[in-house]
Amino acid sequence: MTTLIDAPPQEADGLLPSKKTKTGGGLGKYLVVRFLLIFPTIFILITLVFFLMRITGDPITAALGGRLPPDALQARIHAAGYDRPIWVQYFEYLGQIATGNFGRTISDNLKVTDMLATYGTATLELAINSLVVALIIGIPLGMVAAKYRDKWPDAVLRIFAILSYATPVFFAGLLLKLVFAVGLGWLPVAGRAKSGNEIALTALANPTGIYWLDAIRSGNLAALGDVMAHAVLPAIALGLLTGGVFLRLVRTNVIGTLSRDYVEAGRSRGIREFRLVTKHAYKPALIPIITVMGLQIALLLGGAVLTETTFEWKGLGFQLAQYLTARDFVAVQGIVVLLAVIVALTNFIVDVVAALIDPRVRY
Amino acid sequence: MSRKEGSLFQRLPVISHLGKSVGLQRGMLVTGLVITALFLLTAAFAPLIAPYGFAQHFDSQLAPSGKHLWGTTSGGYDVLSRVVWGTQTAVIVIVVAVILSIFLGVALGLVSGYIGGWLDRILVVIADAIYAFPTLLLAIVMSIAISHGRSSMLGGIFAAAISITVVFIPQYFRVIRAETIRLKAEPFVESAMVVGASSVRIMARHIYKNATRTLPLIFTLNASEAILTLAGLGFLGFGIEPSSAAEWGYDLNKALSDTTAGIWWTGVFPGAAIVLTVLGLTLVGESMNDLNDPRLRGRRRAGRKQPAAPQTPGTNALNAPGTEIAGNGVTV
Repeated sequence: MTTLIDAPPQEADGLLPSKKTKTGGGLGKYLVVRFLLIFPTIFILITLVFFLMRITGDPITAALGGRLPPDALQARIHAAGYDRPIWVQYFEYLGQIATGNFGRTISDNLKVTDMLATYGTATLELAINSLVVALIIGIPLGMVAAKYRDKWPDAVLRIFAILSYATPVFFAGLLLKLVFAVGLGWLPVAGRAKSGNEIALTALANPTGIYWLDAIRSGNLAALGDVMAHAVLPAIALGLLTGGVFLRLVRTNVIGTLSRDYVEAGRSRGIREFRLVTKHAYKPALIPIITVMGLQIALLLGGAVLTETTFEWKGLGFQLAQYLTARDFVAVQGIVVLLAVIVALTNFIVDVVAALIDPRVRY
Repeated sequence: MSRKEGSLFQRLPVISHLGKSVGLQRGMLVTGLVITALFLLTAAFAPLIAPYGFAQHFDSQLAPSGKHLWGTTSGGYDVLSRVVWGTQTAVIVIVVAVILSIFLGVALGLVSGYIGGWLDRILVVIADAIYAFPTLLLAIVMSIAISHGRSSMLGGIFAAAISITVVFIPQYFRVIRAETIRLKAEPFVESAMVVGASSVRIMARHIYKNATRTLPLIFTLNASEAILTLAGLGFLGFGIEPSSAAEWGYDLNKALSDTTAGIWWTGVFPGAAIVLTVLGLTLVGESMNDLNDPRLRGRRRAGRKQPAAPQTPGTNALNAPGTEIAGNGVTV
């Protein structure tokens, strides 16, 4: 989640607030330093999660305690090496991660890497869908709010933006389900597709795991329609949250560019208001929005956990909740590490884009 | 900052903001204050308002009626009572979470900013790593580490509060650290050093008071985030047990399976409570943010500049927008 303060674009990068004060050095050096900073971020989060999880005990007791006789439990703990000192286990875990070995999940005995690949694509699909919804909501409405600044459309849209922040994703999802799935019966209640279509789509050769893409590739139009119908409500629930943030961003930045001299010049030459907002003021305002869009990924991932649980969308977030309930800490660690990598990489890309656009950001 | 003629009362954070506001901005601030006051009053008088206890059992899934104004849940709880008692849980968690994170965040920020060097760099990298991570996930991991996911009344409330705290500390840390670094170069700090004051004394007396001016603003914004995080934790099943305290997120989780049967009252009311509370706090926090920033602050129209000019009561601006509204929300 995010605060509602409209941050100026150059403050948008998440790491090292001190870098703006430094001067000198080229773009190349900045990129290298910024790239190297990814590793401490990931390392810290891995360490934090590892030790926090171990405060509660070893993964086997957590998952199977009470269901196995004590001596059998002890034997499994010993076999997995969880009775050794925690520091030994920690360094062993780091070594395993470095070689890409995340272990096997305890509750369903999958390779963690396979599990991440399977469910990760579902989350990716949800993220893409809701990003599309957010852009469709945020950009035009933001321009409208900027155009009618301080008039009633602006007031209404600002209240809408605050409401979209104040409404938890799962409550928005619950309301959408009540109205469109149960009340009107237009859309399915939960899931990613009907089970028949789901089987057909996962049975394809080289599935991408993104259902609508797979449906298009196999030319299965019935399945495509079904997948789309399932995607609508989750995408709207999650997209509303991010869309509100985009709306505010677009509004603030378009207001900024609308007051520039070149817009005034265009107006005096008789260019119509609509064209001024959509062509002249909008494009320069887009640059900071792109950088902030990258930062929304953390918000989107957090929201995905709740959205997926609400709609039984079998992605990483849904599985995370399941694994947490089953106390399957090996799986949980795997998911959290993946998310940490995604967040760190996105922040890196955002900073690089910001540095390419704006030379002041560099070291 | 403070105007000469202002009495102590007029210089209090929220009151002074109210004085500075005009038009739509004042409307938003007043609306936010009213909702927040309502929220706090409900929490304070929950035992008087709620018709039943939060853990009292009745027949399950009764539709709203005279006996149960908002119906009952699948677990047989009275929805109205759960919503009312839920305000109390929310207030306690907010207060504990925000106080803890202010305490730790301010202390770390002061030390990090004042001492600098390697300690500062390490703390900054750690704070940034935590800051960049999805807050809810971190809170879940914390709540498992603290309470194994579920616990008693006080334990549950503290587990939720501490989970939220971890998320907030980096925010306070950043603000206070930045302020401390700025203040460290000020002449009054240097003269305190020359006089021979100890580092602890300089931090505690001279820098602390000056660095914490922006805190009321962060407090309100974080309070709304704390409610959302608490509800998210409860919704995912890592919050407070229903028999220990009423919590809106938990009720919404249970309401999810009711929706397919068309039962709306178990979910709509606790959800609306969350939205209203967050809305109120956000309106207050955001109006204060805008008013603190001269570039964003609305200005009175020219011709009403005289100090004695009567001010129109704010709320009408929302009813009749476009007539009274002065410029607000300007560019950055």
